[in-house]
Amino acid sequence: MSMIDIKVAAVEQVTPLVKHFTFVKRDGSPFPAFSGGSHVVVSMNVGGRVHRNPYSLMGSPADTDAYHISVRKQEQSRGGSVFMHENVEVGTSLQITYPVNLFSLAKKAHKHILIAGGIGITPFMSQLIDLNRLNANFELHYAFRSPEHGAFADKLKAICSDKLHCYADSKGERLDLLALLSKQPLGTHVYVCGPNPMVVAVIETARNLGWPENHIHSEQFLSPGIGEPFKIQLAKSNIEVHVPAEMSMLEAIEAAGVEADYLCRGGVCGRCEVNVLESDGALLHHDHFLTDAEKAAGKKIMPCVSRARCDRLVLDL
Amino acid sequence: MALAFKQETFRNDYKYSNSPNAIKRFPFPFAEDQYMYSVNIEPHVKGKTGSVSEFAFDVDEHYVGECLDKQLTLDLDRGRYAALPHMMDAQWDFVELTMEALSNDYPEHFSLKKEGLNWTWENKPLNIKQSFVFGDASTMPMDPFEFMSKQVQGDFVLLDQRDETLYADAGFVTSQADWSLAFDVGMSWREWHAPVPRATELGVMDRALKYLLNLQLGSPVRRLNWTMTVNPRLDTSPENYPLWGTDRNTVNPENVADKVHLRVELQSLFRLPRSNGIVFSIRCYLMSLRELSSYPRWAKRLHRVQKTMHPDLIEYKGMTKFHPMMVEWLSQFDDGSAMAVGTQPE
Repeated sequence: MSMIDIKVAAVEQVTPLVKHFTFVKRDGSPFPAFSGGSHVVVSMNVGGRVHRNPYSLMGSPADTDAYHISVRKQEQSRGGSVFMHENVEVGTSLQITYPVNLFSLAKKAHKHILIAGGIGITPFMSQLIDLNRLNANFELHYAFRSPEHGAFADKLKAICSDKLHCYADSKGERLDLLALLSKQPLGTHVYVCGPNPMVVAVIETARNLGWPENHIHSEQFLSPGIGEPFKIQLAKSNIEVHVPAEMSMLEAIEAAGVEADYLCRGGVCGRCEVNVLESDGALLHHDHFLTDAEKAAGKKIMPCVSRARCDRLVLDL
Repeated sequence: MALAFKQETFRNDYKYSNSPNAIKRFPFPFAEDQYMYSVNIEPHVKGKTGSVSEFAFDVDEHYVGECLDKQLTLDLDRGRYAALPHMMDAQWDFVELTMEALSNDYPEHFSLKKEGLNWTWENKPLNIKQSFVFGDASTMPMDPFEFMSKQVQGDFVLLDQRDETLYADAGFVTSQADWSLAFDVGMSWREWHAPVPRATELGVMDRALKYLLNLQLGSPVRRLNWTMTVNPRLDTSPENYPLWGTDRNTVNPENVADKVHLRVELQSLFRLPRSNGIVFSIRCYLMSLRELSSYPRWAKRLHRVQKTMHPDLIEYKGMTKFHPMMVEWLSQFDDGSAMAVGTQPE
């Protein structure tokens, strides 16, 4: 996979939990342009182990001098976000992938409703620039715990003016999804990024109102999650790999020196899909990619986020 | 290497031929004795010096002739170019991709000067010089995609990605092998591949789509496709079938070697940055059976491939009329001995 060598040009504490990072290319050349909603996967060396986390690009897609990401320090971090907060400073060298967009705007939509919860605002930061440039009809609904956690609210006001609607939970402000989604004209698309309950609520509200499935868009990168340790056999490589509790299957495979394909590392894109040759227990599918039928069949697994409770699990790798 | 551009025609008198060097670098597609439809996608990485995959877009001795033929075809039928309104970002992506690639790879023929968004493009072989503001279509003499499609060999389709599939929402298609942009524009992946026999049942199209939906910026891919064409004609469109379809009846044992051409498409796909679209580039190479037989290994291989071709595919590729004559002519090169896998000329 092609990677871009970068160094950190600026770090800014945006809220008590969120830091904003500005990247420039190490060779000084411009980055590729990107489309609103894109993310990059940042590789970091955490105590000799490579962590790769996806983060949305936030700046203007036309600004190719620098890339911008924001990282929320996770309470139950497996190491990546804490490393970004505590070890990455101006001058730090890192590697990132080329931008990937799994959350792009529907170009033929008549109207766009963007709904963000907390750090879920990040993919919208670049989409808003595209929407303004295209002179599109849109509304941004941004919910956060309290005003001090409303990262970028001032910046957003400048970009969106009266199209911005903020909801601070601490002030008792609530976003009424049913009221919002039930009054939209035909041809409206809704996009949601935020914590799981919010994503589920938006999808279900829209579905119940009869919105077509392809007008409902969501993005939620899953962290691999901590689970029970287990062992896997890699058939082609002919080795056994131990997957520790706080490591994903994909990370363990990589740590064993086996090259595995990946793209989003968040259970969304399907790129890391691997065939299960044998298993004698339960596959714990956590991805958004496989269909329920595929999950039940147990022939495939996404090692970036999924786990297993098996004595014997043989993968085609 | 300085290129000598030939004066050629791809219709009427068919003044077209390949130099020995063009024959040698021809992207011969058959590594094995039997042809099987497959995804066969590989990374579009820099190939050997002088090969057709050395650069992102290959410019060769047919450049000027092909570009003039494109314009002729478009003048006769404006429907060969189409772009739906939501594809404007993809149009500019295409301009950037092609201008940067050509000016970097062929600096003696093309140049691109940038001062912020003020760009100046110069194409010496076609004698074009154009200053414009990147992103502002009003500063271009025509749609930006049309402007550059005319200056790169091959056909181009811009694909929009939505609803977990790809839509052919813009295109400049003048050298197609019997398909039509006018029919296909706005169609989804599954719709425009529906006629391909045996591919759907093999699951080839689903796998290819899944792969392309994950195509990454900075990591283009390519594949070869092929058919046989009577006469070195670029425009074998369904619209113009009356102009070329009957040529199939003119093949006889005396002229088969000069009339029948192997038509190879170097298809490459690039993810586009601003639009998140994909450009599908289809570059066509034509070589007569006689030119091909300057490398007997190729003629021998083609004989075996054609002899064992599934009847559905012979029909689909429009070869039914002249197929037996072609196999017969090629048979003189085949002594029946085993051949190693590979596409090299000799």
